[in-house]
This record gives sequence, C-alpha cells and structure tokens, in this order.
Amino acid sequence: MTWAHQDKTAIVGIGYTPYWARGDSFPRTLNEMAGQAILAACADAGISIRQIDGFAYQAGAGAGYMDKFDTASLVETLGIPQIGFSATLTGGGGGMAGAAGLATAAIMNSDATYVVTVMALQQLPAKRLGTISSKAAASPENSFVQPSGMIGPGHRMSVLARRHMHLYGTQREAFGEIVISQRENAIPRETAIRRTPLTLDEYFASPMLADPLCRLDFCLETDGAVAFITTSADRARDGRQQPVYIHGCTHGGGREWGRAFAWMGMPDPEFGSSGHKPVADRLWAQSGCKPSDIDVALLYDHFSCMVLMQLEDYGFCGKGEGGPFVESGAIRYKGGAIPVNTHGGQLSEAYIIGMTHMREAVEQLRGVAVNQVRGAELALVTGGPASLPISGLILRN
Amino acid sequence: MYVPNRYGPAVVVPGDYISITTDVWTEPFWQAAKERRLTACKCANCGFFRMPPSPFCPECQSQEVQWPTLAGTGTVFSFAICTRSPFPNVSDFVYVPVVVDLDGAPAARLVANLSGVNAEDVRIGMRVGVDWTPIQEGWLLPNFRPI
Repeated sequence: MTWAHQDKTAIVGIGYTPYWARGDSFPRTLNEMAGQAILAACADAGISIRQIDGFAYQAGAGAGYMDKFDTASLVETLGIPQIGFSATLTGGGGGMAGAAGLATAAIMNSDATYVVTVMALQQLPAKRLGTISSKAAASPENSFVQPSGMIGPGHRMSVLARRHMHLYGTQREAFGEIVISQRENAIPRETAIRRTPLTLDEYFASPMLADPLCRLDFCLETDGAVAFITTSADRARDGRQQPVYIHGCTHGGGREWGRAFAWMGMPDPEFGSSGHKPVADRLWAQSGCKPSDIDVALLYDHFSCMVLMQLEDYGFCGKGEGGPFVESGAIRYKGGAIPVNTHGGQLSEAYIIGMTHMREAVEQLRGVAVNQVRGAELALVTGGPASLPISGLILRN
Repeated sequence: MYVPNRYGPAVVVPGDYISITTDVWTEPFWQAAKERRLTACKCANCGFFRMPPSPFCPECQSQEVQWPTLAGTGTVFSFAICTRSPFPNVSDFVYVPVVVDLDGAPAARLVANLSGVNAEDVRIGMRVGVDWTPIQEGWLLPNFRPI
C-alpha cells in the first residue's frame, strides 16, 4: 500500500562544512561545525535560522561516537526561538536515511514546520571510532565477543564478508571493483579526501587489516558536519530550491539480524547480508517503486563488502549474485546500470556517518552533482548495515 | 593478481589482557567455564538455545533456563584473520577470531579464537574443540583448536 505521506514533505536545504582528515578539524568544536552546517542549510533553503522549529536526529542524537547533540544547546547557541519537535532514531548510523522519515513525522503531525537533521564527526585521538571498543570495558553482553580481539567494526564486518564469499563464491575482485569505481567517482570532486586513481593491483597490495578485508575496504576516517532541512511539500514549492521530495522512507529490520555483528548469531542468509532486506521490501512496497526505477543509489559504504550486500538486499541483483554484478561494471557512474556512490562515498570522499550520501542525493536530484546522472529522478539512500534500526529512503524531484 | 597471504601460526589473544563482566543471566556460563565445562543457555520451557544468555527465551518468553553440559566441539561458521595487536602495549601477532556453531546447541554460537593451525589454513566448516584460556580474575575463556 502506498505510504500515506508520499511526496508530502521535501528536503529544501543542505549545508556542510569542509571535510577534514581525522582530527584535522580541531580546534573547531563539534557544536561549532554542526552550527555551521545548519546555518549553511538554512542559507541554501533561503530561510532564517529562526524558522527552524524541529530536530530529527539519527544514531541516538550521537555527534560522532562519544558525544551527543543537545537540542537545548543548539537552540541557545543558534538563537532558535521555539521548537515543537526533538527526537532521534535509536541505534547508530543504520538510521541515517530514516531520519528523513522522522522529520516527516514531525511535519505531518503539525509539530514543526522546518526540521533540521544534522551530523557532525570529529575523531580526535581519544574519540577515534576504530579504537573506542577496545577501550570500553566489556559489558556482560559484549564479554561474548570482545575477548576474541574483534575490537573494531572492520574485524566484525570481515566475518560477514567471509561467509558471503564461502556461500556464493564472491571474490575479492568484487570488493576491489567497489573501491575502484568509487575512487573513480571521487577523482573530479574537490571535496574528496582520496582522489588518486587506483588499480586492482594497488588494491590487492593494500595491507590486510582483517582478512578478507584490506585497508582500502574500510571507509575513511574524517571530520566534518552535514545538515539538511525538511519541510512540507507546500512550503517547499514556494522555496528557493527545487524540492527534493521524500517519496518513501522506512526504518527497522528483523530479529534474525538484530544486533548483527555485535552478536554474530544471525542465521543464513542474514549472516552474509546487510540486514536491509526487510527495510528494502517495505520501501519498495510503500513507494510503488522497483530497483530498475532508481537512477542513482547512495549506499552506505562503511565497508566495501556492505555495498555489495545492499545491492542484493535491495534487489538490484539476486541474492549471492552481488560479486558478478559489480564485476560486470554495473555500479559504474560511466555506463553502469545503477550508478552507485557517485560522490566517491565514504570510501573515497568523506565519512560523516552517511550524511554525505544525503548531500549527494539532493545534488543529483537538483541536477547539480559533480558526477551528474543525466535526468536523475529517483535516488535511493541507505543507512549503515549495523545493529537495528537500519533504514532506507527514496527521494525524487 | 591476488596472492593469498601466508600468515603462519594463529595464536590466542593473551589472556592477561582480557577481562569480562557478568550479570545474573550470564554468570552460570562463566562459572561452568571455570570448571572447564562448556555450556549454553537453554530454555527450560521450550528447549530453544540462546547465546549470549539473556533474561527471556526469544521463542516462548520463559525465564526458566537450563545449563546442559555440551560436548565442547563445534564447527567454524565464519572467521577473520587479524594481524594487528588489539592492545597498544603488545606487539603485533596473528589471531583468528572464529564464530563457532556449537554441537548439541542448535542456533547457539560462540565467538572465540582459533589456535593450533596456520591462519591461512583455517576454513569454514572446520571441526574444532574447546581449549580453555586463563584470563583476568581467575576466569577461563573458551577458545578453540582444530580436532
């Protein structure tokens, strides 16, 4: 059944700071970067910061991994007169795309008119994602995983990738193609951290960090902030920018996936997957779209292997066929059936917990992307395969 | 061209650096481990196994549990090969985190280390048996070796 709120809200502003290599945003503060992104998004939308009256966060309102956004502090800092909505999806970056649905809930419930979603990330040495879990004392739950030395997300992801390779014959060449194709997309982008061309031999020479995943399979560690503003379709039509309508948005997921790689209890086929299938199935059902309708896919790429598994879970290819699918060139910007991560993604451009994907989707649908997909009308954006909830979003112009 | 790495012998993460915590639901697992007895949390009502141990059976919501003694054997479901030390003051070593399907406890898995084998020779489907590693505060951690 079609979603009751289909195309009733739209993204009307997007704002961002520069992207920095890990730690290089210092001495800026997290709230400063968030504020800069929010003010830039307001300027882009052609509205005053005083018109912002709602906050819809992802990741438990996390600001990076060790800090939290506090709406009261942002209201005080930015001079926002009054708010009617302040909420977050739970979980982590899995809910990134779903924050647009949360903003829609705020607007359709008449709680707010202009809702901002923001993420800022600053990985100072003590707050570096890959090292956080090794420092945390193991909880009773985590005492069943952490002693294995799987301290970082890459360690845990590699176990899922291995299962996929075992079941379906997926080759490292497929992961390499994802990394290389996204690098190609990053080359013309001045915002991208990594812009040098990459060959398959260079990919294979990258040191193994958690076999079968090498360093180039891991996303970048970067700093920066991105914000977007959602409002009603009626207001959007009178706005400064071409509206980017929220056509469908789902979050959630199934028990079989659950805590995912924090748990490792997933049965087949969920173990060697992105966990997105229930979210994807609902997204297609509520939007009335099918994979072949999508013009550009911005798939959360914290690790290359998860791009492949999302392509399967969203039905761009069959389950287990992700390897041959990407190796055929299907995800290339130039000539691919479904261009993926046309901005270079988190593997080559920058990693702001998925929010760079929102920026790219908006730019594609406004027709102003650096690697513009000609005539793009529908974009898919996903949250990160991780503990529930995970999320998917279809935007249209 | 991709040439698989030769890693050499896999060792376990040094127990001196490993600490665990328990709660009322996980404590029986670790107390059994202290006696070198591998168990898993089994619902006393419907027989469903769950790991880690938790307050409710996800199948029937019962809170009654049993702790059957398992054979201590299992099958490698998946694994990674890691080459960097997880600890800043310990030099690098090769270790293989494994996800193990436990014999006699369907759907229950343990995440552990596999040693006694060259890392490049580990395979999904490999048969393994429990091998206890002393860790901090007198606890024993179930790791595995090929059998």
